[in-house]
Amino acid sequence: MYSYLIPCILICTVTAYILGTRRATTLAKRIGEVKDLHSLPAHYGVFTALSSAIPALFIFAIWCFCEDKVIGTLVSRSLPTGLLQLSKNELSLVLNEVQNIVFGGFVASSSSDAIQAAAEHYKTLTSTARNIVSGVVIGATIIPAAIAYGRITPKLRARNIVETVAMVFLICCSAVAILTTLGIVLSVLFEAIRFFQVIPINDFIFGLDWSPQTAMRADQAGSSGAFGAIPVFAGTFLIAMIAMLVAIPVGLLSAIYLSEYASTPFRTWAKPIMEILAGIPTVVYGFFAALTVAPFIRDIGNAVGLTVSSESALAAGLVMGIMIIPFVSSLSDDVIHAVPQSMRDGSFALGATRFETIMYVIIPAALPGIVGSILLAVSRAIGETMIVVMAAGLSANLTFNPLTAVTTVTVQIVTLLVGDQEFDSPKTLVAFALGLLLFIFTLILNIIALQIVRKYREQYE
Amino acid sequence: MKNPLEPTPQVCKRYRTEKAFKRLGLSAIVMSLCFVFFLFYTIIADGYSAFTQTYIQIEVSFDETFFRGANISNANFPALVKRSMGKIFPGVTGRKDTKMLSSIVSPAAAYTLQNLVETNPKLIGTTKFIWVLADDDVDMFFKGKTVTNVAESNRRLKDKQLTWLDQLVSEGKLERRFNKTFFTSGDSREPELAGILGAATGSLLTLFITLSLSFPIGVATAVYLEEFAPANHWTDIIEVNINNLAAVPSIIFGLLGLAIFINFWGLPRSTPIVGGLVLTLMTLPTIIIASRASLKSVPPSIREAALGIGASKLQTITHHVLPLALPGMLTGTIIGMAQALGETAPLLMIGMVAFIADVPGTFTDPSAVLPVQIYLWADSPERAFSEKTSAAIMILLAFLIAMNSIAVFLRKRFETKW
Repeated sequence: MYSYLIPCILICTVTAYILGTRRATTLAKRIGEVKDLHSLPAHYGVFTALSSAIPALFIFAIWCFCEDKVIGTLVSRSLPTGLLQLSKNELSLVLNEVQNIVFGGFVASSSSDAIQAAAEHYKTLTSTARNIVSGVVIGATIIPAAIAYGRITPKLRARNIVETVAMVFLICCSAVAILTTLGIVLSVLFEAIRFFQVIPINDFIFGLDWSPQTAMRADQAGSSGAFGAIPVFAGTFLIAMIAMLVAIPVGLLSAIYLSEYASTPFRTWAKPIMEILAGIPTVVYGFFAALTVAPFIRDIGNAVGLTVSSESALAAGLVMGIMIIPFVSSLSDDVIHAVPQSMRDGSFALGATRFETIMYVIIPAALPGIVGSILLAVSRAIGETMIVVMAAGLSANLTFNPLTAVTTVTVQIVTLLVGDQEFDSPKTLVAFALGLLLFIFTLILNIIALQIVRKYREQYE
Repeated sequence: MKNPLEPTPQVCKRYRTEKAFKRLGLSAIVMSLCFVFFLFYTIIADGYSAFTQTYIQIEVSFDETFFRGANISNANFPALVKRSMGKIFPGVTGRKDTKMLSSIVSPAAAYTLQNLVETNPKLIGTTKFIWVLADDDVDMFFKGKTVTNVAESNRRLKDKQLTWLDQLVSEGKLERRFNKTFFTSGDSREPELAGILGAATGSLLTLFITLSLSFPIGVATAVYLEEFAPANHWTDIIEVNINNLAAVPSIIFGLLGLAIFINFWGLPRSTPIVGGLVLTLMTLPTIIIASRASLKSVPPSIREAALGIGASKLQTITHHVLPLALPGMLTGTIIGMAQALGETAPLLMIGMVAFIADVPGTFTDPSAVLPVQIYLWADSPERAFSEKTSAAIMILLAFLIAMNSIAVFLRKRFETKW
């Protein structure tokens, strides 16, 4: 819609840069050499270019953000009185219909004349607004640039100005990380609080029943809705435990072998192949778990005479464990590498075998780091989504039998939020409450783990 | 007298433990390697057949009576297909049998004919041999992926259809060809018509947004933290924050996207722009951490030399430090992009799981991405979607391996030991 504006701004900016640089060069020639200017000619160019681009982009961004709202308000004010008396929700429906007509060219057969008229009004408003905004934006590119151009003198501290702008940009970028965390906390927290207003927090955290499928209408059959998170978390920990039972021994042993025993050629080949495991998308593991591993385990179980669910926790846990192997092994590898060679040499000098050195010197020395990496792996197993969505079940069984189907936090979040739901029922809000618990839990694990690893690194550096 | 060099039983025992432990370590690695090969084997064995597709040759006579109306597109093309099938098997009569006969050809055959006639209206009045897609059940049967030794009522293909197919094979009217549809079309409910172009384009658009936002922001953050930030509390908070964000479950980023980008900002659901924003936040920590490591490896002497001849701090960094650190930063970025390409969970949250048959054209069109397409196909009950899933996985893995190889190559090629 505004596709021509961005190239326009770009052209203006480039022109401003060229003109600014040229003016600085001519000024320099008039008074002597380039060294008589305060800054390099390119700094003057960037200064002019910045003053053309920043105000224009700023205005443009603000308008893009609030265009729909402004025009929507204007249109809804001009609606005939009959429509104005509608409730807020109905009014927004009417507005939606108007927008559909304007943007989709789609006219519902039920559209009344008033709505069609409103659509026309909407159209004219939009086109007027577009003309005005385009004018303002173009003005905002040219006028400040012209002023900046006029201000170019040999004494202008262009470099300082440009560098201040660059610093502001750098600081804003580093704030993104903080804003992301803040955004996560706020978005999850607000919805979770709304949920806790309906369901008491104690019932949620300590409840033993989980069946979030509530009736949508009063006359509909459906369970009353129970939101006890314990079975869901029990399932999550069961699967994570199975995963860790696979990943810790295999990951640690491979890390030890690779760093203490393996020859260099073997290491250069085996390590990248192990890392392939870490690079495979989780959806692939999920497909593999659901289509290959789960039926396999069920068939074996049936052959032995056990009843194994086809969505058993064992299948999901096993595959998740395999996914985490490279994670454990590469973190532990780093940690084992950080143990100083002198400690190994000392142990060998006393006549210890490699095994004894590993068991009694290296592992005790590296233990904090290994524990840290295992905690990080646990936090990953708990937050892993696709494998369990595809291979674990939906029913929340409070059990520790790995052959039955259990559900996990992430599975519930996905099933509750995918699809069309109203956004104020406890059924959708509970997903955010689960998300909040998941976030807090993994955050604590991560902080502890990162602290341990950091302390450990400092010890040997 | 006893040889003092001969190992005592105790030493022998220690050496045995040593050997056993070494073997244990080796077996752990071999296990992981075997698993990699097994995974690739199952996926390739299941998926390679999706690159071919069964076609049936039919003789179509484009009678003028069929195209009486003013608009060719309104002609009854399915009936045309049905009649052509009837021509091959004149003996088939009866409602049920003709229906079974026409069901061995894909519903897409009618569209093929329609396209042919629309692009070349001169065809009307002529008779042509045309290869059309077979139904997915037929396709699966010829790829040996259907169970044939069960009772007829439990089979998708009935005995009559099998004899017809035998006849088609013996007449040379049935063959397997390269599956072009898979690469040139979007998603479909019919397995033989489903392709990955829509999802691949969606992935491309999403990754474009992710790359164009996360690379500059990530590098700028790394530069600030590594070169400018004063050592104070605030910097510490940012650092701890970034390390934590790197370990936050990806699905939480999806919740953030749903609550902020979609519900609060009002961006359209299921679109590459929202997907790109969410993935940007998710990949930022990876890029920042890699970029910082890369900046750290540039020796301080370079900075000191530049500062010594009068460059400002920013000039030192943009002219000298950044070019030297760039290969490492690019490596980190490519690895982050590979992560983003394979990520599914947060995209489920922002509604990218909708069934979308069109190939997206802009950043605000609803679209799917490759891993979500894999998830959707894996959930489909039709047998033929299973091989499509594996084939899509093969393509996704090919992309990922290519990206990672580029990253490794960059690291090897431009790595400087100071």
